Amino acid sequence: MTSGTVATFEESLERLEVGWTHTDAAGLAGTLRTVCDDPTVGTPLPWADVTLPDWVEDDPTADDVRAAATGVTAAGIGIADYGSVVLPSTDDGSEPVSLYPETHVPVLRRSDLVEGMPEAFSWLAENVSGEGGSAIVATGPSATADMGELVKGAHGPKAVHVVVLDDADETEDPR
Amino acid sequence: MSTSREAKAERIRHLLETEGDAVGQNTRGFNTGRYESVADLEDYEGLKDEARAIKEDAIDRLPELIDDLTEAVEANGGTVYLASDAADANRYVREVCESKDADRVVKSKSMTSEELEVNDELQSAGMDVVETDLGEWVLQLADEAPSHIVAPAIHKSREGIAELFRETFDPEDPPETAEELTMFARERLGELIADADVGMTGANFLTADTGTMALVTSEGNARKSALVPDTHVAVAGVEKVIPSVEDLQPFVELIGRSGTGQDITSYVSLLTPPVNSPTVDFGDDTPLADAGSDDREFHLVLVDNGRMTMREDDQLKETLYCIRCSACANSCGNFQSVGGHAFGGETYSGGIATGWEAGIEGEAVAAEFNDLCTGCSRCVDACPVKIDIPWINTVVRDRINRGESGEFDWLVEGLTPDAEPGGVDLQKRFFGNFATLAKLGSATAPLSNRLADLGPVRSLLDRTLGIDERRDLPEFQRETLVDWFRARGGSHVPRHEADREALLYPDTYTNHIDTSRGKAAVRTLEALGVHVTVPSVPASGRAPLSQGMVATAEERAHEVFSALAEPLDEGRDVVVVEPSALAMFHREYEQFLAPASFERLRDNSYEVLEYVFGLLSNGAEVDQLAGPSTDRTSAVADGGASTDRLAYHAHCQQRTLGLAEHTVAVLEAVGYDVRTSETECCGMAGSFGYKSEYYDLSMDVGEPLREQFGDEDGRDRRVVASGTSCLEQLDALLSRDATHPVELLVPDG
Ligand code: SF4
Repeated sequence: MTSGTVATFEESLERLEVGWTHTDAAGLAGTLRTVCDDPTVGTPLPWADVTLPDWVEDDPTADDVRAAATGVTAAGIGIADYGSVVLPSTDDGSEPVSLYPETHVPVLRRSDLVEGMPEAFSWLAENVSGEGGSAIVATGPSATADMGELVKGAHGPKAVHVVVLDDADETEDPR
Repeated sequence: MSTSREAKAERIRHLLETEGDAVGQNTRGFNTGRYESVADLEDYEGLKDEARAIKEDAIDRLPELIDDLTEAVEANGGTVYLASDAADANRYVREVCESKDADRVVKSKSMTSEELEVNDELQSAGMDVVETDLGEWVLQLADEAPSHIVAPAIHKSREGIAELFRETFDPEDPPETAEELTMFARERLGELIADADVGMTGANFLTADTGTMALVTSEGNARKSALVPDTHVAVAGVEKVIPSVEDLQPFVELIGRSGTGQDITSYVSLLTPPVNSPTVDFGDDTPLADAGSDDREFHLVLVDNGRMTMREDDQLKETLYCIRCSACANSCGNFQSVGGHAFGGETYSGGIATGWEAGIEGEAVAAEFNDLCTGCSRCVDACPVKIDIPWINTVVRDRINRGESGEFDWLVEGLTPDAEPGGVDLQKRFFGNFATLAKLGSATAPLSNRLADLGPVRSLLDRTLGIDERRDLPEFQRETLVDWFRARGGSHVPRHEADREALLYPDTYTNHIDTSRGKAAVRTLEALGVHVTVPSVPASGRAPLSQGMVATAEERAHEVFSALAEPLDEGRDVVVVEPSALAMFHREYEQFLAPASFERLRDNSYEVLEYVFGLLSNGAEVDQLAGPSTDRTSAVADGGASTDRLAYHAHCQQRTLGLAEHTVAVLEAVGYDVRTSETECCGMAGSFGYKSEYYDLSMDVGEPLREQFGDEDGRDRRVVASGTSCLEQLDALLSRDATHPVELLVPDG
């Protein structure tokens, strides 16, 4: 991962009015505390030695998800050119957790950042669709212009805040 | 005006008043967004080529890909149903819903489901069907049809929606702002989705390799519709199948940019259903992780409904490459004014709607709105899969013409030596044969002009041919450009002294009506050392083509090429004043001429200012040309308009060919300050603006041009335009005389 890719990603996020914070495995809990509003739900992060703090409900029911203010899920990759995060749907419910709460906090390993769409689709073909899986390429919050002007939070989150893990183990499968 | 024309004009006037402003503001916003967004792409043209190639290949191998897709979906645990027509598809969807005892079906936006009218089928079977896209939901409440394929409620204002919610729900605290309206809708729809039994979506793309579907959305309602109910039904036209997941990449990069001007929409869902997300049961306290996804059921309904027949139709086949991005609607001047309620059929709207409606509903439906495509070609560069949309419109117009029962066309008989069978609409035949009329007009001028201006004649023309009385008719010149050139003794630059030789093509307008710009072109080229000839050459065929008279246009193409082949062989360049004629040589003749002939003419023909630009770039002296300071006489004619500041409107087809910049560069090189228009098309578009039923629309399309050139910076600029019809329209819009740019370059004497 070059620092140029990180800078491009940050520029894209800025354009989308999406916030971001860099941290590491040790600092994750503290970072999440500053960006999450309670109640917070999440799905377990798939990386060794990276865990969600206790105050995040990581085994939520459908009602928990609907009542939550923040949802924390892992991102498979980030796409620098677009400021997108790719969210693989997991069998423990990352899709509803990333969709229902008002704020979505995707956690992305810095090493999982790719430059553009061609790289992203090679990854998707290999790691998601090829395995019969599903994923969302999410770019900024949910939005609509159907009511006369642009409004954020049409059916999905009103805000997105990306947490970038600068040191997580690069060898683990993100899914 | 005839009663049917009057009725059409009335309907258009009504839409201009009620929906025109909202549609105009939104589509122009999308269109500007498109320009900005594609400019950020490193290799926009390359991506379009890639997208096009994938679609060509996919449609070519469609039966095979459908088999692969079916296999993949079934391997994942889903079901595929290939529906032959709408009734078949609807029956299948209803039976699936009935088998789940469904009370409520929630839907995310899908044009294919609009085409099927599946909502009616399900509602008749007693089910509650809820559209969850906010725009679609508004239309469902208002019982209205979409006016745009991507932004369906584009014609509705915020106030109108607030009023609708007030009337429908009588809420305690009525929502007013866009934010309040959105949250109100989100809340209601959230509840309706929570206990829905079946979720229905469309699919923007389906990949044959893995059975993955791509859904391109912004709101998140498609995600919810596919996630919350345990049964997911997707309906998609068969043309949505592409080979592989990797093939999605160019489309994902292009679709949002081309449509609403977003680099990418908020969500591109890549679902390989039945999805592995646990089922979402509100009120059940099993954690999601334990709920599992075993209850999920997935049905993919692939809809033929005419598409396989379109695939066999050489002309309509291209329509199947369409990814429904809406660029051809947003970039269209007429669409910007009236929207999809006029410029659309049963389901589809905008430029490509003619292809879809002709293929799916039949030519009669396409005939209702096909005339609204003026062939301006501004959608051609905008289309991410490079469909020649105007050509499809022309072909369908031709088929409609041929299908029509004959009228007694005594008035145009003798003026219409065309290759068309009886039955072509009288008005179309009249305009299509304009070259013959022009010849007669010149031969009998000035009598023909005086006669045509008489009140009774104008009202006869309006009644019988639908030529609007409010338009000035062109005035024919007794001495044509060809005659003038012969009388002056040919070129004043002898062949042996010339750097280059050019044949100035005498298009109908330049030869018979606006001869002064032809003379200016001759003198300008001569000033730059060119030996010029102006022989008599047949009309380009643009006039019949724009009326859908394809056989006549093709005849012209062969005649023109026969007349030009020898000069081309002699190494002469063909220089064209009228951009719509040049566009025939560069674009449409490809359909008519042998490939080598087409290329020879295309590669050696130039728009006149493009040619001047080329001469200057190759060493011709710019000070041989007139500039602002020597431009005294016209300043007086202009009533004192500034002599060094210009307002320039390039011709629509010239812009599509990428030839507007040359004019600006030349005018700047001789010292003018040039402001260019931002309007795609002036609204006149050849004969379109003359037609009584379209007069109001034509003037409305020109309105932004009037505003731009009438503002503080534009007001005292001299108006310059390249196209004949643009010049007419600008005269009408601005009450300032408009000039062809070449007339500003003629050196004194
Ligand atoms: S024809 Fe081209 S521009 Fe028009 S909607 Fe289809 S893909 Fe878009």
